[in-house]
Amino acid sequence: MNKSKFLMVPVLLWAALFLLIPMLIVVVVSFLSRDTLGNVVFPFSLTGYKTFFDSLYLGIYWDTLVLSVVTTVVCLLVSYPLAYYIANATPRIQTWGLILITIPFWINFLIRTYAWVLLLRTQGIVNSVLLHFGWIHEPMQMLYTKGAVLLGMVYNFIPFMVLPIYVALEQMDKRLLDAASDLGATRWKAFRHITLPQSKSGIMTGCVLVFVSTSGMFVVTDILGGAKSMMISNIIQSQYLGARNWPFGSALSIIFVVTSLILILLFNRAMQSKADRAKEGTA
Amino acid sequence: MIDLVQVEKHFDGQIVVHPLSLNIEEGEFLTLLGPSGCGKTTILRMIAGFEQPTHGDVVLAGQNVTKLPPNQRDLNLVFQHYALFPHMTVEENIAFGLKMKKIPKDEQKKRIEEAVAMTQLTALTSRYPHQLSGGQQQRVAIARAIANKPKVLLLDEPLGALDLQLRKNLQSELKHLQRSLGITFVYVTHDQEEAMMLSDRIVIMNGGRVEQVGTPREIYATPKTLFAATFVGENNIFSSSEGLFAVRPEKLRPVRETEGARVTGVIQDVLYLGNVHKLTVHLDQEPMSVTIALDFTDERPWQIGERIGVNWSPKDEVVIGA
Repeated sequence: MNKSKFLMVPVLLWAALFLLIPMLIVVVVSFLSRDTLGNVVFPFSLTGYKTFFDSLYLGIYWDTLVLSVVTTVVCLLVSYPLAYYIANATPRIQTWGLILITIPFWINFLIRTYAWVLLLRTQGIVNSVLLHFGWIHEPMQMLYTKGAVLLGMVYNFIPFMVLPIYVALEQMDKRLLDAASDLGATRWKAFRHITLPQSKSGIMTGCVLVFVSTSGMFVVTDILGGAKSMMISNIIQSQYLGARNWPFGSALSIIFVVTSLILILLFNRAMQSKADRAKEGTA
Repeated sequence: MIDLVQVEKHFDGQIVVHPLSLNIEEGEFLTLLGPSGCGKTTILRMIAGFEQPTHGDVVLAGQNVTKLPPNQRDLNLVFQHYALFPHMTVEENIAFGLKMKKIPKDEQKKRIEEAVAMTQLTALTSRYPHQLSGGQQQRVAIARAIANKPKVLLLDEPLGALDLQLRKNLQSELKHLQRSLGITFVYVTHDQEEAMMLSDRIVIMNGGRVEQVGTPREIYATPKTLFAATFVGENNIFSSSEGLFAVRPEKLRPVRETEGARVTGVIQDVLYLGNVHKLTVHLDQEPMSVTIALDFTDERPWQIGERIGVNWSPKDEVVIGA
């Protein structure tokens, strides 16, 4: 039994080499300074962290959090009914549903995001159709808005929400619903008191996946949001690649990672019920 | 209390329950007994409302409930695998049905206390199902059902998942519980001993049909069909010119003299079971073996390979249909 621990070695080595060490480098760099050429140099300095408290960056940081939360909530509202439908459908429909949800992963994510440009731009398909039927008289500005970014995020991350919820619902013991009905519960009450709590683990996993993916995303913001909608990841990217201010980029990364972790921990704490704690106690 | 009127169930064109009429009395402990796939669970689920009869009616306390969903029927089912809600404590599990029926809080509290006292769960109310043993989970399932004070309690092989010793203990607890509650129990099992021990009446089922309905004594002493004769207890089936008849092992008498015996045969096996010995005798007259049960007072030494005679009294012959 103990020997099976060695199976962990490859992944631990990988994580240490390519995740832990680079993270440590980022931490160190975040406390250094840069010279006029953009090289990272001594002495130690807190300039990167101080710069963050500029109202410009705080605003972008706040926008990032808001967009991530809204994306997560919209994904949840769209995905739960879908996951519920698939989990309760016949095996044939389940198979097809899961295939349809994973098919987008077969196509490069950049291409899928650019497809939205074609749909949303001023001469795009959506505007053309609306104009053609006379529902609008001049093209709407849809691309390069916050709405477009939200749309792109939700579109990209729905599978991250559907799949864990589907797994939780599919694993649920359906006999519990018979028991609830036998005890006088209507279908809605059975859903509210049995199905929903039983799928909570899936909801939590989905929310964390979508939240983390959205808040770290800069490609969708770049393509669909234009210059006006910046997220913290866009700033980090530009500090590394454009402005060549690595200490500031690193400081933003660290702040971002730490605050995300705190938020996720708070979220998990809030979602955890007495039953979960009892389970951990005996495990 | 419950009337099944020509109830019939088909699944995908196949008949799982042939037309069946049955009257279940108030306060009765009635058991549906039969091998797996005989339709007993389907009947229970039709009474509970989880299955719709293809034809016929289910009448509960004078009201035709055939079309009512389970949550509108005044009865409760104890599920085979308990179906306890894993995210709720014992107390919350028991309270669930009361909350759904919007019973006032203080009444809820009283009923939960009664139910846990009756099922000896008082010390465990704040535990979660996964922290309980199989027998305790089973008790929670019963407490959750009886807290609703149903007119009828349906039990679907409630002891099936437990080991033998525990099952024996819970059987007597169940019988005691039914007597003290005084409500109607409809019990499904494939264990004939359990059925004999618990029931006021037994319905023996086979292949979707009722073989016989009767008290345990009637079923044992005067089985009406070959299936009933052999499914409940051990039996020896003989054929005569008029048809088949059965003689229980304890009614057969072995004798040393083969001369003048009803039948003769060779002892194939001698089993010592404490309070009884059993002889298996291969008959000369028919290509079959009979089992003879002797009580502990018989101390004659019986040897394997010995040729003996077997007698019985004509009044112990039970004529059975095919």
